[in-house]
Amino acid sequence: MKKWFRTGKPWIWLTAGSVSISLIAVIGLVIMIGWRGLSFFWPSAIHEMDIKQADGSTKHIIGEVYDSEVVPTTRLPQSMIELADIESETVTRYLMKIGNREYVPLDFTWVLESLVTKDTTPKNMAVIERSKDGNFYGRITAVTENGEVVAKQSDEDFRKVMFERVERAVELNMQAMGLQEGEISSINYQLNELSLERRRLELQDELTEQAIADLQAQREQLNADYQVYEKELFDLREQAQRDALIVKDFRGEDVKVPMYRVLDVNFPNDMGFFAKLGHFFQQIGKFVSDDPREANTEGGVFPAIFGTVFMVLLMSIIVTPFGVVAAVYLHEYAGKNPVTKLIRIAVINLAGVPSIVYGVFGLGFFVYMVGGSLDQIFYPEALPNPTFGTPGVLWSAVTLAILTLPVVIVSTEEGLSRIPPSLREGSLSLGATKWETIWRIILPMASPAIMTGLILAVARAAGEVAPLMLVGVVKSAPMLPVDGNFPYLHLDRKFMHLGFHIYDVGFQSPNVEAARPLVYATSFLLITVIVGLNLTAIGVRNHLREKYRSLEH
Amino acid sequence: MATQSAQQLSANRMRLFKDRFARYGVTAGGVMVLVALLLIFFYLLYVVQPIFESVSLKKVNSFNLPESGQVEAVGMEEQAEIGYRFLRSGELQFFSLIDKNDRRSGDILLSEIFVEPENVSSFAKTLPVNHQYAYGLESGEAVVVEPKFSVTFPETAATAATDKVERVITPRFEVKNDGQPLVVDENGRALEKLSYETDGDGMLFAAAVENSTLLITHFVAEENFMTGAVTLTPNYTEIPLNTAIDDIVVTPDLRQVIARRGNRVHVFDISISGNVTERELLPMRTRELGNATGMYLLAGASSVLLTHDTGKISQWFEVPGDDGRQYQYIRSFDAGSPITEIEVEYYRRTFYTLSENGDMNIFHTTAEADLYRGKPAEAEVQAVMVDPRANYLLMKTAEGYGLYDVDNEHPEVSWSGLWQEVWYEGYPEPDYTWQSTSGSDDFESKFSLVPISFGTIKAAAYAMLFAVPIGLAAAVYTAYFMSPSVRRYVKPTVEIMEALPTVILGFLAGLWLAPLVEAYLPGFVAVLLLVPLAIILMAALWSQLPTQIKSKVNDGRAALLLIPVVLAVGWFSFEISPWVEQVVFDGDARRFITNELGVTFDQRNSLVVGIAMGFAVIPTIFSIAEDAVFSVPKHLSNGSLALGATPWQTLTKVVLLTASPGIFSAVMMGLGRAVGETMIVLMATGNTPIMDWNIFEGMRTLSANIAVEMPESEVGSSHYRILFLAAFVLFIFTFFFNTIAEFVRQRLRDKYSSM
Repeated sequence: MKKWFRTGKPWIWLTAGSVSISLIAVIGLVIMIGWRGLSFFWPSAIHEMDIKQADGSTKHIIGEVYDSEVVPTTRLPQSMIELADIESETVTRYLMKIGNREYVPLDFTWVLESLVTKDTTPKNMAVIERSKDGNFYGRITAVTENGEVVAKQSDEDFRKVMFERVERAVELNMQAMGLQEGEISSINYQLNELSLERRRLELQDELTEQAIADLQAQREQLNADYQVYEKELFDLREQAQRDALIVKDFRGEDVKVPMYRVLDVNFPNDMGFFAKLGHFFQQIGKFVSDDPREANTEGGVFPAIFGTVFMVLLMSIIVTPFGVVAAVYLHEYAGKNPVTKLIRIAVINLAGVPSIVYGVFGLGFFVYMVGGSLDQIFYPEALPNPTFGTPGVLWSAVTLAILTLPVVIVSTEEGLSRIPPSLREGSLSLGATKWETIWRIILPMASPAIMTGLILAVARAAGEVAPLMLVGVVKSAPMLPVDGNFPYLHLDRKFMHLGFHIYDVGFQSPNVEAARPLVYATSFLLITVIVGLNLTAIGVRNHLREKYRSLEH
Repeated sequence: MATQSAQQLSANRMRLFKDRFARYGVTAGGVMVLVALLLIFFYLLYVVQPIFESVSLKKVNSFNLPESGQVEAVGMEEQAEIGYRFLRSGELQFFSLIDKNDRRSGDILLSEIFVEPENVSSFAKTLPVNHQYAYGLESGEAVVVEPKFSVTFPETAATAATDKVERVITPRFEVKNDGQPLVVDENGRALEKLSYETDGDGMLFAAAVENSTLLITHFVAEENFMTGAVTLTPNYTEIPLNTAIDDIVVTPDLRQVIARRGNRVHVFDISISGNVTERELLPMRTRELGNATGMYLLAGASSVLLTHDTGKISQWFEVPGDDGRQYQYIRSFDAGSPITEIEVEYYRRTFYTLSENGDMNIFHTTAEADLYRGKPAEAEVQAVMVDPRANYLLMKTAEGYGLYDVDNEHPEVSWSGLWQEVWYEGYPEPDYTWQSTSGSDDFESKFSLVPISFGTIKAAAYAMLFAVPIGLAAAVYTAYFMSPSVRRYVKPTVEIMEALPTVILGFLAGLWLAPLVEAYLPGFVAVLLLVPLAIILMAALWSQLPTQIKSKVNDGRAALLLIPVVLAVGWFSFEISPWVEQVVFDGDARRFITNELGVTFDQRNSLVVGIAMGFAVIPTIFSIAEDAVFSVPKHLSNGSLALGATPWQTLTKVVLLTASPGIFSAVMMGLGRAVGETMIVLMATGNTPIMDWNIFEGMRTLSANIAVEMPESEVGSSHYRILFLAAFVLFIFTFFFNTIAEFVRQRLRDKYSSM
């Protein structure tokens, strides 16, 4: 035994064990987030339960099983142990999502398994997804139009009629939203521009009578346009309010659910496997394309995705030229002098500086100093409201560009160093200048490495949250940085970011239980994107290494 | 031929130009990297530097006012356009401080006489923030005056043309009690050494009558609910003291009256109306401070300042103790020459002293700072008052009045305030505290960086505790023992580990791991003990297997073999956790730890942070250490094995020693990463700035502190600059570690290229 210990085998296996632990940790984490994130989209069955109460009555609830937990019996109050007649050491309890926020104090409730006397999953139980106040669970008994019942549950084509009307309401709402976010928003924007124009002329001492009259005429025209749109909007809204659903809820009472609030109606207990699969993909689609609602605890994450993508694109445009130029300098032009050593140390340090320090620097220097000066010079008419002197997309992109600069530099340099010197020497000997060699031969050959660096930089930027908290990300951005109003690209706007969305929904939500699966789903989305990007970069890099290994011999 | 070569020449010239231009451009681009780093360094320094600047005074204006006898008090309104002075002769005068509109500086705008000069026996003023003044009369009455200012933006003929409106401030005054004097002494004796305070409704007068009797009169305000009329009902109390009373001070909460006669300072508790009790006598330190000469209250009304004949000023405030709250000596300041008057600011803990030699001193109590000493006007300073925003100083010298711009933005920040224990008002003893803001204006900000730096070190220490063993062991195995085919998959997996956003790690740590650790605490400890045992057991089992099986799956694949083992042991530990908890900890491990062991237990604690941040730091250590071990030349280990050493001996005695600079560099980089981590700490700790090594308690780190407080701090304030200082500290710290690590790595690379 001792001899076996002396060979050192146990220690080797222990070191192998640490690799196993790391592998388990990584893969386990990704799988867990994937599982919890994706299971959010799978339609879950709606249960109708009877629960024994302390005073002998039964409580009746309808809802989805959200989570289950095994607790030691000793944690429960004595009264409950007696009531439930528990004898085992541990009990299971379920977290039920009962929705119907207007009629209950909390839309989540814990239920002890031992206290449940009846548990069924009736086929005609519906979950109604609403634009306000969350989900509604119950049996749909009738559809009304202007208060008159037009279809009853007993009718043959009840579901068909109901779905038709839901679709109609959703369509009308979408039109109204389109009008509001498109034409009406545009008019607001133009009115604002007119006030700024007036102020601008005033500052330049060019506010003549003629100019005032011009602006006034434009303003009146816009107001007239607005009146037309407003009428249209109210018209659409009125049309959407025509229908309603009558639903029997958990108390057995009939509740009127207005159709204009309904986003979707589903009967999950009645779905076969393929129907559920279809619903699953449909939910994923909605998650990726919808706006968030109910303080980010419901709905989709489209603005966050858009904001992240836009900011990352902007950052790439800034970081790629700088990174490539710096790498080319370090590899091709730099001599063996102290300045080069300093620059290399600078690259290493830029990589090691904590990201929050970048955020602080970005806030102080870019936002207040540079942005403030830009405001003074180019946007004096908007002052004291800052245009660029406040956190926004542009400054976030610039800050992250400095943060990810070392990644691009290191990757590009690695690519440049793999190119055999014989290529360079051949080109130079044929009469090309150094720059021509670099531009026409070296850089194209190094382009996969540059792309690797860019991909890694993008993956890093998608995940960094700390600096963005200070330089431009907000919980909820009403407008996207790109819209139909000139100049179409609004780099001074604040934006939403996937990483920050996770932090915000997970920790700053009014309803933490409701928000939890959304956090997992968003995390899964973010992880998918980042892991995908990294695997691509690693693949490209390995492919490059193999290709050049043969060249070198 | 000639034209062809001429064309070629011009084309060549263009190419040469492009080449040269490219050279300069690329060099500039390369240097930009260095510029970026230096820019960060210098910008942070630029923002931090004003904290350490000294006070500067700059004269704005000087003017003269007609000589009218002794000046009791001066003051200014918020915009520093109008000043006022109360004269001993019973007159209040408002005067313009600057040339504005149609006023010249020194113009008397309004004046009013409240009492006849021969009736005035004393004068009192409240703390600046209450801005009321009282004349004590020979008849035992008092007249209370409050200067007021109204701001208007009038439209005149001049303004209508330019569309610009000018602000006009008009002075006025209010005599309290509807213009009637208040009967402070019902026996009509002259009021000496009058002191007065108000809490908004009630008024409290304390005066010396007949030299040595302390008279306390409390006017309790009662509002008639129906009519809204306020009636003041007086409560009279007389306390005979044996010798002449020198100074009296009333606290603005109307709960204490402090009277000084010589070196004896009595504190009277008047909080229960009608019942005045002497609470304590301050233990004077005449030997080290000298004899007391004056007594004043500081802004915030918690501290009492005593001046001494040696030129020292001592600060006293109430400290909770075994016998309740007692005044205690806290610290002293030295003005160099005996002091005639102290003026305090409205909100900050700064105070101005006027000395016998004509000097003015500016001190700040919390920072224990002596900020200024001298004669700004090169003449003896006779009176001074600061404006409510602490931007301007109105100074009276023998030569007249002067308005000075005072640049004293960050008096509360000093080296001792940041890094040493400070005795804050109301605390039982000096302490390290970070408490930057509160709801009230006169809050004493506590800016000690020590608890949050401690938090950073604690978080990094626990993270390294988890990360260094696992990371180094994994790196060593992957580089030295692992078969190349497995290594091809393991390295990218660890790279993915590095790429995972820390937001996700943080949210998992805070929302999933923390409750799990709390619920299955025995399970976690069991995992730590059982997993290594299980691994060694598996290794022993494996070595017993027949050679045929062993050769197919050699040591190189041990990592994969162990995955199911670790998973099984982990699952087993969690399954038995409730049983262990029941048997050993009587059902609740958390309660056991809190009650039996006396150790505080937070759900989001350092154990959770250690695991999560360890997870984030492992790949950093892994990649560099793995690189270092992998690049040790093969012939060294081959030679060692040929001489008969076992692989493990070769590893520990040859390879690791050779790669030790790289391993050191890896640990340094990991430490740098752990120190700078923000999101995990933000989400997985309680963010409480406490100083305790307890693994079951949270902390607040420098980075999380910045992330939480920066969006809410006022730009340019002391708080803002101190947050930048924290960022600067982080920057220097990581710069230091990264540069050392890089140097070591460079040396290693050079050493190996020669091998």
